Amino acid sequence: MEDKEVILDIQNLRTTFSTQEGLVHAVNGISYKLHTGETLGIVGESGCGKSVSMLSVMRLLEIPPAKIMADAIYFKGDNLMDYPNNEMRKIRGSKIAMIFQDPMTSLNPVLTIGFQIKEPLKLHLGMDNKEAEARAAELLKLVGIPDAESRLDDYPHQFSGGMRQRAMIAIALACKPTLLIADEPTTALDVTIQAQLVELVKELQDDLGMALIWITHDLGVVAGLAERVIVMYAGYVVEDAPVDSLYEDPRHPYTYALLKSLPKLIEVPGEKLETIEGLPPDLVEMPKGCPFVPRCAFAQEKCKTENPGLVEISLDHRIACWVDIKTGELR
Amino acid sequence: MSENNPLVRVENLVKHFPISRGVIFQKQVGAVKAVDGVSFEIKKGETLGLVGESGCGKTTTGRTILQLHKPTDGEVYFRDINLTEASDGKLRELRRDMQIIFQDPYASLNPRMTVGRIIAEPLEVHNIGTPNERKERVQELLRLVGLNPYFVNRYPHEFSGGQRQRIGVARALALEPEFIVCDEPISALDVSIQAQVVNLLEDLQKEMGLTYLFIAHDLSMVRHISNRIAVMYLGKIVELADRDTLFANTLHPYSIALLSAVPLHNPAAERERKRIILFGDVPSPANPPSGCRFHTRCPIAEKRCEVEDPEFREYEKDHWVACHFVEKAQQKM
Repeated sequence: MEDKEVILDIQNLRTTFSTQEGLVHAVNGISYKLHTGETLGIVGESGCGKSVSMLSVMRLLEIPPAKIMADAIYFKGDNLMDYPNNEMRKIRGSKIAMIFQDPMTSLNPVLTIGFQIKEPLKLHLGMDNKEAEARAAELLKLVGIPDAESRLDDYPHQFSGGMRQRAMIAIALACKPTLLIADEPTTALDVTIQAQLVELVKELQDDLGMALIWITHDLGVVAGLAERVIVMYAGYVVEDAPVDSLYEDPRHPYTYALLKSLPKLIEVPGEKLETIEGLPPDLVEMPKGCPFVPRCAFAQEKCKTENPGLVEISLDHRIACWVDIKTGELR
Repeated sequence: MSENNPLVRVENLVKHFPISRGVIFQKQVGAVKAVDGVSFEIKKGETLGLVGESGCGKTTTGRTILQLHKPTDGEVYFRDINLTEASDGKLRELRRDMQIIFQDPYASLNPRMTVGRIIAEPLEVHNIGTPNERKERVQELLRLVGLNPYFVNRYPHEFSGGQRQRIGVARALALEPEFIVCDEPISALDVSIQAQVVNLLEDLQKEMGLTYLFIAHDLSMVRHISNRIAVMYLGKIVELADRDTLFANTLHPYSIALLSAVPLHNPAAERERKRIILFGDVPSPANPPSGCRFHTRCPIAEKRCEVEDPEFREYEKDHWVACHFVEKAQQKM
């Protein structure tokens, strides 16, 4: 992995929102690197900062109320934090593209699908209408929509949910991005349609060689898709590991408990699910120590007062926890 | 009612929603065939899981059983009483014993009512107890679902999704029902909270001998909680079997594809396994395909499937399926 080129290097990203209730600490200092062609899964529950961290990188948040801070966000060697808005606009949709969660609301209902696919082609690649039209039809065919030429004139409401998400993917891929960020792209869809889209994105990624960040709350989708998984909790990265180690040998108590709370494939009759009691912390009043302490089965005194940073415990496996869950004692 | 009789019996239940055109002179131009002839039984104390994709009619089935929608055709028997013919008064009386937990814990609680009033409302409607007794009962119910009884005077917005769903459960339990339709009770919740609510439902079932119809699209949770599972596609049940049988010996091509599409929480197994990708989308229930409704997406469909609607038959003991080519599905898929 090390010999591959790093295309995204996020260093200490923090995002806050000022609200009436106070300052919401949505992302609290996350750092990681992404390599060319790599597939990274980001997993976490609602409000853990997984989407906000990506929207911060893309600078797609309204400032204020949002405030984005980072030591640096390197994309292919350039620090995105130094980019003015007009430079960012050139990158969004061309070098870094994004697919959003809800295909019903992320397409413009009053513009045809064709117009929306042609838009990035004209803007970023300077194609004329005719070229763009041909390329748009190709793209729509590429994402598996039958009869692509004639469907270009359709409006989003004439497409089903799965087809709209395919159209979104076509828009995202229009400029052959080096990095595709998929923000829960299948959450609003049925499992059989989800399976179609996961296959599609995998194939396209192989063909185009782009890096992929797949944000989800579904630990199952990531298992089959990602090479590396980052688990987020309350705005922190709590575990970062290759996919196999994460599922076979989770080392952070939260990941451990989360995997335990899923129904097993082979169950002893009458066996109960293990639960994580309690709720995630209030992001306005962040606790001083580790944010998972109140729900953690392994918590120690030290955890209440000091926040563990992310440390490497074995090759490519990083966790943010004071405790070794194998022994139950401080590391 | 004898011991062996099912608590709930659904016979050829049909629910069509009319599609109308025109503003003043409205006329019906078609119908959304949300539920189109489903039959099943639920035994006392068991959990029947009802799974299917969005728009397949699973929620409508649940609501039509409780007569929250008036069925277009067919019968629903609860304790051998035909609900479709029962008078409004009789139905109201019977509703004490059959309740529902809704999918969205944000939309199903009145934001202007305190938790205490929300949970006491069924008791008030049915004139049960004095105000003081009701107050006590509400506190007891809150404790039962794992909430602090001190919360009675709070409003729904002060609670998290999981806590709200507990309030919904408390409301459904207020009248000590026998049968509860759980309409996707965990879909709107986070993974770590889902297990909490599922455990609660299971504990309550054990304590109070409840019978559930558990509607969901998440197969792994349905598998965990159900004794038997019914798979729905476009308004019809395509397969119905004991939980373990359904997973070990899946017969219907749609069920096979559905099970193969469910992501596993195991990277190695996930890479190994063969996934059956269905082509296309679910057709519109307003204009379902002829013959077998699944034939447009079915990998093993033949000419016969286009014209002849397969009968829902007992292929093996207690294992029902609606497919002409069960053996072929077994070999080819």
